[in-house]
Amino acid sequence: MPIGRKDKDEEGGGNPFSYIERTAVLQEARIFQQTPINPRKCCEILTKIIYLINQGEVISTTEATETFFAMTKLFQSSDVIMRRMCYLTIKEMSKMTENAFIVTQSLTKDMNGREDIFRAAAVRALCAITDSSTLQGIERYMKQAIVDKVPSVSSAALVSSFHLSKGAHDVVKRWINEVQESCSNDNIMVQYHALGLLYHLRKKDRLATSKMVAKFMKSGLKSPFAYCMLIRIASKLLEEEDSGHDSPAFDFIESCLRNKHELVIYEAASAIVNMPNCTARELAPAVSVLQGFISSPKPSMRYAGAKTLSKVAMKHPSAVTACNLDLENLITDVNRSIATLAITTLLKTGSESSVDRLMKQITSFMSEISDEFKVVVVRAISALCQKYPRKHAVMMNYLSSMLRDEGGFDYKKAIVECIIAILEESPESKESGLSHLCEFIEDCEHTVLATKIIHLLGREGPKTLNPSKYIRFIYNRVILEDEAVRAAAVSALARFGAQCEDLLPSILSLLHHSMMDEDDEVRDRATFYYHTLAQKQKVLNSAYILNGLTVSLSGLERCLQNYLKEVSEEPFNMKSVPLQAIATEETKTAIAPTVRKTKEKTPASRQEMYAEQLSRIPEFKVLGNLFKSSEALELTETETEYVVRCVKHTFDKHIVLQFDCTNTLNDQILENVTVQVEAGDGFEVIAYVPCLCLKYNQPGVTYACVAIPEEDPTEVTTTLSCVMKFVVKDCDPNTGEADDDGYEDEYPLEDVDITVADHVHKVIKPNFGAAWEEVGDENELEDTYALSTVNTLQDAVKNIVKYLGMQACDRSDNVPEGKSAHTLTLAGVYRGGHSVLARAKLVLKDGVTMQLTVRSSDDVAAQVITSAVG
Amino acid sequence: MEGVLEPSLYTVKAILILDNDGERLLAKYYDDTYPTVREQKAFEKNLFNKTHKSDSEIALLEGLTVVYKGNVDLFFYVIGSAHENELMLMSVLTCVYDSVNLLLRKNVEKRILLRNIDSVFLIIDEIVDGGVIMQVDGCNVLDQIATRGDDIPLTEQTISQVLQSAKDQIKWSLLK
Repeated sequence: MPIGRKDKDEEGGGNPFSYIERTAVLQEARIFQQTPINPRKCCEILTKIIYLINQGEVISTTEATETFFAMTKLFQSSDVIMRRMCYLTIKEMSKMTENAFIVTQSLTKDMNGREDIFRAAAVRALCAITDSSTLQGIERYMKQAIVDKVPSVSSAALVSSFHLSKGAHDVVKRWINEVQESCSNDNIMVQYHALGLLYHLRKKDRLATSKMVAKFMKSGLKSPFAYCMLIRIASKLLEEEDSGHDSPAFDFIESCLRNKHELVIYEAASAIVNMPNCTARELAPAVSVLQGFISSPKPSMRYAGAKTLSKVAMKHPSAVTACNLDLENLITDVNRSIATLAITTLLKTGSESSVDRLMKQITSFMSEISDEFKVVVVRAISALCQKYPRKHAVMMNYLSSMLRDEGGFDYKKAIVECIIAILEESPESKESGLSHLCEFIEDCEHTVLATKIIHLLGREGPKTLNPSKYIRFIYNRVILEDEAVRAAAVSALARFGAQCEDLLPSILSLLHHSMMDEDDEVRDRATFYYHTLAQKQKVLNSAYILNGLTVSLSGLERCLQNYLKEVSEEPFNMKSVPLQAIATEETKTAIAPTVRKTKEKTPASRQEMYAEQLSRIPEFKVLGNLFKSSEALELTETETEYVVRCVKHTFDKHIVLQFDCTNTLNDQILENVTVQVEAGDGFEVIAYVPCLCLKYNQPGVTYACVAIPEEDPTEVTTTLSCVMKFVVKDCDPNTGEADDDGYEDEYPLEDVDITVADHVHKVIKPNFGAAWEEVGDENELEDTYALSTVNTLQDAVKNIVKYLGMQACDRSDNVPEGKSAHTLTLAGVYRGGHSVLARAKLVLKDGVTMQLTVRSSDDVAAQVITSAVG
Repeated sequence: MEGVLEPSLYTVKAILILDNDGERLLAKYYDDTYPTVREQKAFEKNLFNKTHKSDSEIALLEGLTVVYKGNVDLFFYVIGSAHENELMLMSVLTCVYDSVNLLLRKNVEKRILLRNIDSVFLIIDEIVDGGVIMQVDGCNVLDQIATRGDDIPLTEQTISQVLQSAKDQIKWSLLK
């Protein structure tokens, strides 16, 4: 298209469009009205309009409408290029005006005309200006076009229908027969589009979808694109069915690994890799085709192969080991994305000796790769640290230099999480890790990260050899940062003050400054901590600064509301508030961020749910607040007639046994179900709450309430034997209608043990030492035991935690390898709200010997805990 | 579930042609990943900075898979989701490039491209419609659109083109 302004071309960097301007171009569009039409000139103007839209220029509704009207005239000329440009302009401008329908007539004519070159484009332009209200008018033509013998027309109609089905699903659904017919079209693109549309129209109907897949799996397809689509549909079906991988759909996907098109092979391999719970054997063929990909000369193939292999390495590192040699060749790939993927994969699968070499390689081009890959690298390092603890120091160096580099929030967050995980795992790296983090918060724009690090400093800093060096970093934050960071910094300072006596005067004066802060929260915290610290009492420090509240916040809210409802002379009792439940296995998630988001439902909500259920039963109103609920115990084998599970709820003076019963016989209805409990050791059953009717497969609940003996408060353990009693009525399995008369029957259950752990609630004491001093030695008991049944310290620790039902503090539940002595510290709250602390010194020598020291605010609690072992 | 693609015809998120300053010559965005012109330009800038120096065909950027090809003073990009089949995106890129190459008779260069920008618009429209791949064969694409028969005379070829074609020829002769 010679524009005839060659001199200007050179000036504008060769771009003839750099000087055009919207209003001028739209003015020029007036020549559309002239007769005879000058196709070349008009074409030039249309091009300019499209170019402007393409550059992001906004064209107003009036301008667009005017242009549309002018353009109707151009349909009189049959110049091919100009007509094509008209269609394109219509598509581009269709959403800018409401009067686009004025070209409907002309487009319909072209769509059904003789010129094949116009028809496909006309279909697409027509559908762009059609909405659900006007669609019916062209429905007949669309149906014809879908099955048109010209492939481009058929494709255009199918794809346009696909776009239209967003707003007019029901109308498009009526064309399903035509779409189905096109699925057997010989043209590869038509087949792909038809299959895609067919699935889209049927995807709500599982049965139809699986029939469709079965049909095409049998008949086969021509188009590689259609194959990819079918693989995706099949793997989605597999995922939903959740059945094993023995189905024909899986076989089909596997057979696609032998397709002649790389496109299809890759799609099949990545579908297999992405399947949840794939076994190593099922992965093997996919891995071997991917191995072929990574030695391809084409970068995109290598990238695709390396990316998918790195996914495999996350779940099945051993499956990828066979490719290690090929991956090694990729670590110097000019495409840094490929090199990064190869290195991170090797870090997961390789041996300890190769780590240094790989890390050196990757740091050399860290600055060239995008943030997404940097996060991948950090994750790989994180996983590596877990695997090879000896590499901590080396890794820490890499991480700190990465922390200094440029990067976005996700990248920095990943690094910080990784460093924190390392310094919590290995004491040797603690000091260096903390100082790297200190340096980082000096210049950190992310509030979330800064507060997280400051909190960590407050917790770990005072325990280091030279705590004073961290004060400066923290106090700088108080001066420079926003409220949230300042508040965190004040709390951290208070922790230093509470633990390091020599620093106290300086901390007090720093806090004094913050008492004038402009933010309420910061000021309140500073004032509170200042006055607490000024008392110089260790007990206060431990209770209000170092170890904080252990109650559940929602529980506290509820208790306070209840307290305010009924006028009472008594002061509010903190001990009646339910305690914060502790999520187990939380420590591991920090170091392996990939496995997160699995269990979001916390045990806290579970206990609250029980509390809510129990409070609705009038018999249990008098028992007070729920103290603790145990895990559910199976009292039957799983495959029996009746399945019963028991949850023990501990109250102040009672234990309520909740029996969840399920009737697995469909020809029986059980009525008046109770579980009779035979108590001993001074325990006494005081009430039963029966389950009135237990139908097939509908779980029911019955309760038994047991009083804990009061004469001897140390007598807290017993074994209760249980028998389920009920009236059986036969019923019709189909209708569920029961006979009128039944007979009494009983069913023996397994015994329920009441253990010490049922009377103890786990609490976290972030600073055990301070808490130990806080409780004092008033009720201290000490005893020595020989634990003959265990052979390792780790087993001993596990058993002690289980028997006592207390929370291990300061990560003391992890026994470092190769040690022969270990100290385990435990914290808990005994029934009635008395805090209990225990320190167990363990020595490994022909079995494990334990010296257990227990401190508590209540002497009974101390006695009970001491008696639990042995 | 992460990684498993919803089976859909929507494959391509955007097609871009940038010049050697990173300026937009042609841009089609097919979904709302970058809804405003400002976000689009920011993305293009980032994209150009990350890709114009290395000739490496594929990259992951802002959570998207980008396949690209540079030639003298032009850069062609096809962009899809990070979970998309990379080879599928690659076939689109190859088709875009082949069609343009055929159209411009191997003179794939900014000045010539701009002179034929109307046909290039039509080519892109033939290859991808609203994010759905329509066609992956360059010859078929050119059959679908009509081109003006005006020749590009040899005298119009610039030094850089001559150099480029010479380079190509040398490369080929070496490969044989």
